[in-house]
Amino acid sequence: MSQATLAIKKISGHPGPAPGADVERDYQVAKLIDTTTCIGCKACEVACLEWNGYTFTETTFDNSYQTMPSTAWNYWNLIKFNEHEREDGTLQLLMRKDQCMHCADPGCLMACPADGAIVQYTNGIVDFQQQNCIGCGYCVSGCPFDIPKFNPTTKKMFKCTLCSDRVSQGLEPACIKSCPTGCLHFGSKEDMTYLAESRAKQLRENFGFEKAGVYDPAGVGGTGVIYVLHDVTDPEAYGGLPKDPHIPWVVRFWKGPAKWIGNLAMLFGVLGVTLHYFRYGPKEIHPPKNGDGGKP
Amino acid sequence: MTNGWIDIKNTDLALVMGGNPAENHPCGFKWVIEAKRNRNAKLIVVDPRFTRTAATSDLFCQIRAGTDIAFLGGMINYAIANNRIAHDYLLNYTNAAFIVKEGFKLPEDGLYSGFDHATQTYDRSTWTYEDGSDSGGVVASHAAPAAAAPGAPKPLPPLPAKVAYDLTLQHPRCVFQLLKQQYSRYTPEMVERVTGISKDQFLKTAELFTSIRKDGDMKKVATIIYAVGWTQHSFGTQTIRTAAMLQLLLGNVGRAGGGVNALRGHSNIQGATDLAGVFDILPGYLKVPTPADGDLAAYLKRTTPTSSKPNPWDSYNYWSNTPKFTVSLLKSMYGDAATKENQWAFDYLPKVDRNYSWTQIWDNMYRGSVKGLLAFGMNGVAIGPDSQKNIEALKKADFLVVGEIYPDETSEFWRSPGITLDEMKTIQTTVYRLPCAGFAEKDGTMTNSARWLQWKYAAVPPPGDARLDQDILAQIFLKVRGLYQTRGGKFPDPILNLTWAYSDPQHPPLAEVAKELNGKALADLTDPKTQVTIKKGQQVPGFAWLKDDGTTACGNWLYAGSWTEAGNQMARRDTSDPSGLGVYQNWAWSWPANRRVMYNRASCDPSGKPWDASRKQVWWNETAQSWVGNDVPDFKLDSNPKDHMGPFIMNPEGVGRIFGPLAAFADGPFPEHYEPIESPVANLFHPNQPNNPVVKKMKTPADKYAGPNDGYNVICTTYRLTEHYHYWTKNNPMNVQLVPEPFIELPVELAQELGIKGNDKIKVSSIRSYYIAKAFVTKRIKPMMIDGKKTYQIGIPIHQGYRGIQEDAGRDARTILNRLTPTVVDPNAYTPEFKGFLVKVEKV
Ligand code: SF4
Ligand code: SF4
Repeated sequence: MSQATLAIKKISGHPGPAPGADVERDYQVAKLIDTTTCIGCKACEVACLEWNGYTFTETTFDNSYQTMPSTAWNYWNLIKFNEHEREDGTLQLLMRKDQCMHCADPGCLMACPADGAIVQYTNGIVDFQQQNCIGCGYCVSGCPFDIPKFNPTTKKMFKCTLCSDRVSQGLEPACIKSCPTGCLHFGSKEDMTYLAESRAKQLRENFGFEKAGVYDPAGVGGTGVIYVLHDVTDPEAYGGLPKDPHIPWVVRFWKGPAKWIGNLAMLFGVLGVTLHYFRYGPKEIHPPKNGDGGKP
Repeated sequence: MTNGWIDIKNTDLALVMGGNPAENHPCGFKWVIEAKRNRNAKLIVVDPRFTRTAATSDLFCQIRAGTDIAFLGGMINYAIANNRIAHDYLLNYTNAAFIVKEGFKLPEDGLYSGFDHATQTYDRSTWTYEDGSDSGGVVASHAAPAAAAPGAPKPLPPLPAKVAYDLTLQHPRCVFQLLKQQYSRYTPEMVERVTGISKDQFLKTAELFTSIRKDGDMKKVATIIYAVGWTQHSFGTQTIRTAAMLQLLLGNVGRAGGGVNALRGHSNIQGATDLAGVFDILPGYLKVPTPADGDLAAYLKRTTPTSSKPNPWDSYNYWSNTPKFTVSLLKSMYGDAATKENQWAFDYLPKVDRNYSWTQIWDNMYRGSVKGLLAFGMNGVAIGPDSQKNIEALKKADFLVVGEIYPDETSEFWRSPGITLDEMKTIQTTVYRLPCAGFAEKDGTMTNSARWLQWKYAAVPPPGDARLDQDILAQIFLKVRGLYQTRGGKFPDPILNLTWAYSDPQHPPLAEVAKELNGKALADLTDPKTQVTIKKGQQVPGFAWLKDDGTTACGNWLYAGSWTEAGNQMARRDTSDPSGLGVYQNWAWSWPANRRVMYNRASCDPSGKPWDASRKQVWWNETAQSWVGNDVPDFKLDSNPKDHMGPFIMNPEGVGRIFGPLAAFADGPFPEHYEPIESPVANLFHPNQPNNPVVKKMKTPADKYAGPNDGYNVICTTYRLTEHYHYWTKNNPMNVQLVPEPFIELPVELAQELGIKGNDKIKVSSIRSYYIAKAFVTKRIKPMMIDGKKTYQIGIPIHQGYRGIQEDAGRDARTILNRLTPTVVDPNAYTPEFKGFLVKVEKV
C-alpha cells in the first residue's frame, strides 16, 4: 500500500465533491476480530497506547477485569468483559475488543457539520482530522457504537484511526501486530470476510456453536471491523454490541432527502455552535455509564 | 516440558489443569489456539475458577482446589474400566508388566506399607520389584520381608537387576493390576463427592479425554499442560505423577502433540533449575553429596543406577554415565586442582546434611540460626508463604543484601505496615540495597519451558549505578577469596582453587561462562567408533564425549553441545522447519542434545514405525541400521527394535514408571488423594488419614494451621493475572493502569450471604493474618457441593504489596496476600502449599 491509500472519498460538512470520490481502489481494508480466540490479555490495549503516544490514565477497579467502563479520548481500544450465562446454564466469559468499527456508512461523518473534521479514505478507514474539529460532539449522536470521545483540554474529538498512519505505510495496525493468539487479522475486506466465514463455519460444525457467525452489520453499510461471534444472534451479550445498528434517523434525514434544508440549517448550525461556544464554552461530553463491565 | 511450546500445535486434545496459560503464558497459549483452528483440537480446562483459559475451552470443570489426584485417579479408573488404554505401549514402554515385591501394600487406609508413625516416614524397602533372577521371569514366590524396623532409615537395597514380569498383565502383583486396584476406589461417585465436579460432568470429561484411544486406535494424541496450580500443594509432586501415569496409560508420552508439559512461571526458571537452583542437586540434576558419602567412589555408587529390568527388555540406563558427568563437573569447577589423587577434589564439594529448602531457610532465620541473606532476583517477603513470618525472620537477621531493580517489600521489611517508629529503631538488621540490571540490560541465555536455550543481547546498558548480577557476585567472590589468601581459614582450598579463568575476573563475560558450561577437552580425544578426534582445548560437541578420567571439563552435562567449535548454538535463528511439526532444529538450542521432544522413541511402535505416519518424529531405518528422523532421536541410535530397548532411557528400567519404586518418592509409589493441610472436609477415602502422612508442619509460634471448626471454612486459592508480572509491574504505570488495585474474587452466592457487593472493601483472614481488598463478585466461581455440603471457594491474585505506584500513593490497604498462606511443603519438591488453604471473609 502507498500513500494513495489515504485518498479521501467522503468528507464531513463539505459542500463540493470529495477529491477521491470516484477513485476506484482494488480493495477496502478490514480488521477481523475472532472473539472466540481472544483471551482478554489486553496486549492490543497497550499496543494502541504506545503507538499513539498515550501514557498513564488513572483507573479504578470496577468489579471486572475490564480496564475502564468504555473507551476514552486517549484510550481507543478496550476489551469488554462480560460474564454470560447461556440457556443450558453453562458460563461464558465473553471478551470483545471494542473500538471504532470504521463503518462503510459512517454516522459520525454524516452528522459532523465541520468541513473536513471527519474523512473516509478510499480504503474505508474513517479518520478524524482534529485540526478541523469544532468540538461540537455531533458525531457522538451519529455513531451507533458510542465511539467518538471528547478531549476536554483540546476540545476535540478522538477515536481509533485504524492506524491510518501505519496502514498507509503498508503496516498492519498496532493492535494486530501485538495480539499473541492471532485472534486479530488485517487485510482486504474480501479476505477478512472469507476468513471470518470459514472460522464461523468451523465453530458451527466442529465446536458446537450452532449460532456462530460474522458480525458485519448492514445497517451501516457493513463495517471495516468485523467480528466472529460464538452467537451472532446475541451481539448485545458482548458488552453492548448493537444487534442492528443504524445511523439515527434524524442524522440520516438531516443529510439525506432534506439535505438542502440541512445545508441551510448547517450554516445556522455552525453559526449557532460557534455562538454557543463563545457564550457558554465547549460542550462537555459525559461518557455514558454503559456496559455492565462483567458485573454479574 | 517433555515436549515444547510449538509442539502443542500438533495435539488433538489438550487438558489444561493446575495452570492458566491464556493468562500467564499468553504467547505460548497461541499454540493451543493453533491446534484448535488447524486440527479441530479440543480443550478441556479444569480449575477452581472459570479463567480466561476456560473462556476458550470446549469443556470446563470447576474443581475444588487440592483435589486433582482424586480427579486424575478417576480418569485412570475410567480409562482402564472402558479399555481406553494403549495396550502395546503400556506393555512394552512402561513397567505395567513388572511384578511388585510381596509385602507391598496399597493405601486403602491411607498408608502404604512401611509407615513409621514416630518419624512420619516410610521404610520403602517393600516398594520395589520382585527379583526375577532365579525364575527367568516366571514369578517366584518369595517369603514376605521382615517388617520394617522403626527408627533410623536404613539404606535401601538397589532395584533387582532382573525383574519378574507377567506379559499377560494378569498377575495380582503386576504393576498394572495394582494400578487397577489402587484407582478402583476412585469411582465417578467418589470423584463427585471429593472434587465437587458432578458425576455427569466428570464422565463427560473422562469420555472426551480418553476418546483419543477409542477402539485401540493409536493415531491420536493428547497433551496435558499444567503449572504451579499442581505443584503448590503438600502432595504436588504426586499430582504431576498421576498425570504422567495417565499419559503413559494412554500412550501419549514421547509423541508430537503429547507429553506432560510444565509451564514455567518465569522466563528462566528452567535454567535456574538446570543450574542447581535447588539445594539438593548439582548442575545437570546430579545429586548433592551427603556426609554419608565418604568418598567419591561411595558417592558415585549411591548416585549411579544400575539397570533393573525383566529379561526380554534391554535398558540403556543413561544415568550409568553419572561418573563422567560428575568428574567433568569437578574438573570444570576446580581445574588443575582436581586430580585423580584427590578424587577430583570431591572433598571440596559441600556435603548437605539437612533440608535447606526455601521455607526451611526462613524457618532457620526465624529461629535465629541463619544470620544473613543475599536476595537476588526474588522478593522473599512477598513470595511467602506466611510473609509475616518472613518479616519477623528478617528482623532477627544481622544483614540482608537485596539486588533488585525496584525498591521492594523485602528490602523494606523494616517499614512494612504495622511497624511503629519505635519498633523500627529496635530492628538491627543491616540492609544493603544494590541496584541491579534488568533483563533487557544483560546478555546471556534464558532457558524456556521447552528447554530451549536462547541467547539474547543487551538492549541498553544498566542505568546509573546499577550493575550486572554476575559482576556483583564476582566481586563478592574475589573479595572473599582475597581474605582467604591473606588471612587463611579453616578450609581455604575450595575457595582458592575455584576456577576463575575469565578474561575480566571482576566482570565475567557471560559468553565465557556459557562456554564453560558446555565444556571442553583437556586432552586430545578420539571417538573409538567413528575415529573423530577433538583437540585439547576444543569445546566438546556433546555430552557423549565426556570422560571420567579427567580429560574433559563440563559445567553442566545437559548443556554440552550448546556452544561448540561451530560457535554459539543458542544464538541460532534459522526459521526453517522441513517437517512442519514445529521442530525448528536450527533455532536456538535445546537440551538434551538439541532434541525437541523427549523420549521420542515412544512415538513409534515396538517395530520402530511411527504410531501416526502424519506426525513422523523419528523412526528406525533398516538400511542404515539406525534411528533417524525430523527430531534428534532420544535413544541409542543403533539399537535395533528387535533388541527391545525401552524408550525411557533415563530410568534404570528403560521403561516409563507407572509404579515409582524405592526412593523415587517420599510418599508412595502411586499417588493417593490427601486433603490439603487446611481442608474443610474429612478425607473421604480414609478419614483417619486426612493429610499426606509424611508431611510435617512447621513448629515455630508463627506457624498456625486452622480447620473448619476454628471458623475458617472458605477455601482460598491464589494466582497471577495477565496484566501483572509477580511483584514487579506494580511499579510500571502501564500495567497498573490495566489492573490498578488488588481484588478478591468471590462467588455471587457467598457475597449475597455476607451482604457484600462488587467493589466493597472486604477482609479475608486466615488463622495467620488478614488481607484487605475490593470485592470482585463473580459468576466465574460457583458454590460447590462437597460430600453433600455447600462449600465456597474464593481466589486472590498475588500481585500487590506495600511498595509500588498505588501502594506508595496510599490507594490500597498495602497488605500482602502471602500473609495468609501456611508454611507447609510438598515432601518431594519442598514447594509450599499456596493453593487451597482456609479463610473467612467479612465486610470491612
Ligand atoms: S463506529 Fe462510530 S466513530 Fe467509528 S466510523 Fe462508525 S460511526 Fe464513525
Ligand atoms: S491482543 Fe488479541 S487476544 Fe489479547 S486482548 Fe487483544 S484481541 Fe484479545
